[in-house]
Amino acid sequence: MSHPARGPARSVGDPTSEAARSVTGLTTQRWSRYEIVFWLLPVVAFFVFPKYLTLGSQILITGLFALSLDLILGYARILSLGQAAFFGVGAYTAGLMAKYGWTEPLSGLVAAAAVATLVGWITSFLVVRGQDLTRLMVTLGIGLMLYEAANQATSITGGVDGLSGVEMGKLFGVFGFGMDGKTAYVYSLCILFVVFCFLRLVVRSPFGLSLRGIREGERRMPAIGASVPRKLIAVYTMGACVAGIAGALLAQTTQFVGIDTLGFPRSAELMIMLVLGGTGYLYGALIGAALFMIMQDYLSNLNPVYWQFWLGLLLVMIVMFARGGVMGGLITLRQRFGKRLP
Amino acid sequence: MIGNFIGVVFDGVAYGSLLFIISIGLSVTMGLMNFVNLAHGAFAMLGGYACVVAMSRMGVPFLATLPLAFVVSAAVGAVLERLLYRRLYKATHLDQVLFSIGLVFIAIAAATYAFGPQQQPVQLPPFLRGQVHVLGMDLGAYRLFLIAVVIGVTLALTWLIERTRFGAQIRASVDNQQAAAGLGVNVDRVFSLTFALGSGLAGLGGGLGIDVLGLEPTFPLKYMVYFLLVVAVGGAGTITGPLIAALILGVFDVAGKYYVPQVGSFIIYVMMIVMLLLFPRGLVGRRT
Amino acid sequence: MSVVLRTQGLSKAFGGFKANADVSIAFESGARHAIIGPNGAGKTTLVNLLTGALLPTSGQVFLGEENVSTMPQHKRVKRGMTRTFQINTLFPGLTALESVALACCERDGQGGVWWRTVAAAKTQIDEARAILAQLQLGADADIETRNLPYGKQRLLEIALALATQPRVLLLDEPAAGIPSGESAALFEVIAALPRTVSIVFIEHDMNLVFRFAERITVMVGGTVLVEGPPAAIAEDPRVREVYLGEAEHG
Repeated sequence: MSHPARGPARSVGDPTSEAARSVTGLTTQRWSRYEIVFWLLPVVAFFVFPKYLTLGSQILITGLFALSLDLILGYARILSLGQAAFFGVGAYTAGLMAKYGWTEPLSGLVAAAAVATLVGWITSFLVVRGQDLTRLMVTLGIGLMLYEAANQATSITGGVDGLSGVEMGKLFGVFGFGMDGKTAYVYSLCILFVVFCFLRLVVRSPFGLSLRGIREGERRMPAIGASVPRKLIAVYTMGACVAGIAGALLAQTTQFVGIDTLGFPRSAELMIMLVLGGTGYLYGALIGAALFMIMQDYLSNLNPVYWQFWLGLLLVMIVMFARGGVMGGLITLRQRFGKRLP
Repeated sequence: MIGNFIGVVFDGVAYGSLLFIISIGLSVTMGLMNFVNLAHGAFAMLGGYACVVAMSRMGVPFLATLPLAFVVSAAVGAVLERLLYRRLYKATHLDQVLFSIGLVFIAIAAATYAFGPQQQPVQLPPFLRGQVHVLGMDLGAYRLFLIAVVIGVTLALTWLIERTRFGAQIRASVDNQQAAAGLGVNVDRVFSLTFALGSGLAGLGGGLGIDVLGLEPTFPLKYMVYFLLVVAVGGAGTITGPLIAALILGVFDVAGKYYVPQVGSFIIYVMMIVMLLLFPRGLVGRRT
Repeated sequence: MSVVLRTQGLSKAFGGFKANADVSIAFESGARHAIIGPNGAGKTTLVNLLTGALLPTSGQVFLGEENVSTMPQHKRVKRGMTRTFQINTLFPGLTALESVALACCERDGQGGVWWRTVAAAKTQIDEARAILAQLQLGADADIETRNLPYGKQRLLEIALALATQPRVLLLDEPAAGIPSGESAALFEVIAALPRTVSIVFIEHDMNLVFRFAERITVMVGGTVLVEGPPAAIAEDPRVREVYLGEAEHG
């Protein structure tokens, strides 16, 4: 079958590189004022919304999870419907460690990240082969496999009932995970910020540039001496690590691991969040996650069937009309009114 | 023992045939328009519910509802293709995936709203219930019927593709769209009709499958993997590839659940991954 | 003169169709070697086989002394053989500077560095600017590739190839789609490259071929028809026969 040669079509969330120009013409390290304002928001929220800290932690954790997908999808265009697999692996690892005696949070987090990274690395070899459809199938298949495995191994994972009895020790020996959710919130925020800084550096590095190269012109990459599979393996493994950290955070802050952490709906929702916010900006993942979680919290309590319907409709609308998501829209606005903004 | 084994294989073949008839539309759509349509199962579900409505609200006997399922799904498919799908042929695969996931969510919500979340029952006509004695074995009558219908449809489809002018147009468009258009083939019309045909077949499969696969609002999600699997492993754009893949999948799934129930679905996913690794372009892969 | 790239009995069949049949060519160091022939002669297939975009059905490719017949594309680039594409194969969303800088980083093994920004890779960025300047693209450094006019995109094609510091440069119809006024300028840039770079180019414009080539290989139907210096090729009756129809279509 042959189709007219098409380069990467302008897709949902295709970022313009305009967003990060600097003196040298290449991306810079300096934090823009918008970024600083952005990161002050969750800090402010801590003081202004003390009753919503649990939801807040969920948003932060989901944002981290969305970052993992943005890395592989927004920057390297790996179509994956199975990120939840690594999220779940991280969650179960952290949960099991705590359940069986190792309650120190940070080391549990690191261990969960390590396991998720390993699983990601192993499965990456399957994912780099083949085209989009094959990748979708393989990632979907891996996710389903892990779900089935967790479902069957009820003695370890608790099956459909989930893993309970996850007790966390005090963070730094001082801050306990209490019902007020304060420690959980700050803990999640700090981890999110640290990982975000790391990812922000990665996407501005030569490696990040090569990922964009893969996204923009995969065919040309080997012709300039770059091994595409190797880079895809690296970025996919990185994404698995980040997703694993997010999962571990969830297990540690909610002290429970449900089997839905591994399910396909979670992977699908993640994609929706990313599209909502805009792929390839990192901030799009965070914005999308926040918007989605807030909407879901508000609407699905009304009626879950309606929520699903409107979600589906929203998705169709975004794809047809609002490519670029929230970030895309903001950037277009800025381009139009750029002269008037400070 | 052997009788059991043959029974399992027979069940697997019936199951696989059902998967095939639903997935064949997806294979042609993917091969023809290069469109990743995760919502294909929704058309099957639509056909199933059409049968249910016809049976319960209008008292139509089961067998007569099957052509209705085909027509309803084909019609809806044609409309959606013209209004929505058509605009996304040139879009990236990501956009197509997201769009079709959106459609799936809408379909599931609509079905839940209209029919409730429970399984739909089906009243099979008496002569299709029970067993039939064939070659010294007792085989399910309905499954025999299934296989017979699918064989019939496959033959008809093959005749359509290989012997008719429309079929030649489809083959030409799958092979090289630009060249086909240059030769005067109305590619838009080929797309529409093919999409409608594929959706109709899915609807037919959905109706046929109420008894075997079940019918409830999460059907498109539940079986999405299987349909995609059949097409990915078999090779998009062909008929024989998905047929072989569907039969293999059907047999292994049934056998797996029968012989090693704890591992069950696991086998399918492992097999899928293995086959995709061995044949990244599908069993009957077509070179781009 | 030493041979920098050669093939031996190189063949590529797609089912029953033989795109390349038993092609044996030797390219000399410092060459300005043109490959010409009617459409469908298998020229691009040959380039694909040489660079590793396709694997041969039979036969070998030698880069220097090394047998690279089954080596993956990116490794051949690392060993000094780069190509450009007949149809622009660029990075639409990256600027010209980013594209060339990317190629420079990859060449220097910096493509895996994730702990420093690109802006910190000063050597590669300066070099990228120099290459762009060499190809008259200096002013377009910060323009996204998709916003560049076609002619400049063709130049960027070559810039990307140059960034890999090739010993052998394979140009697949570098002037494709460019009006004849500008294509001569493009070839001047190519001809100005040092002799340390051996150049093999596919081209249809005979004026350009006879102006810049020092050796010509004529391919027809997947095989080599004849090879020699331009003067000999111009007078060869077999070549005239092949091109008599071509000349009228231009």
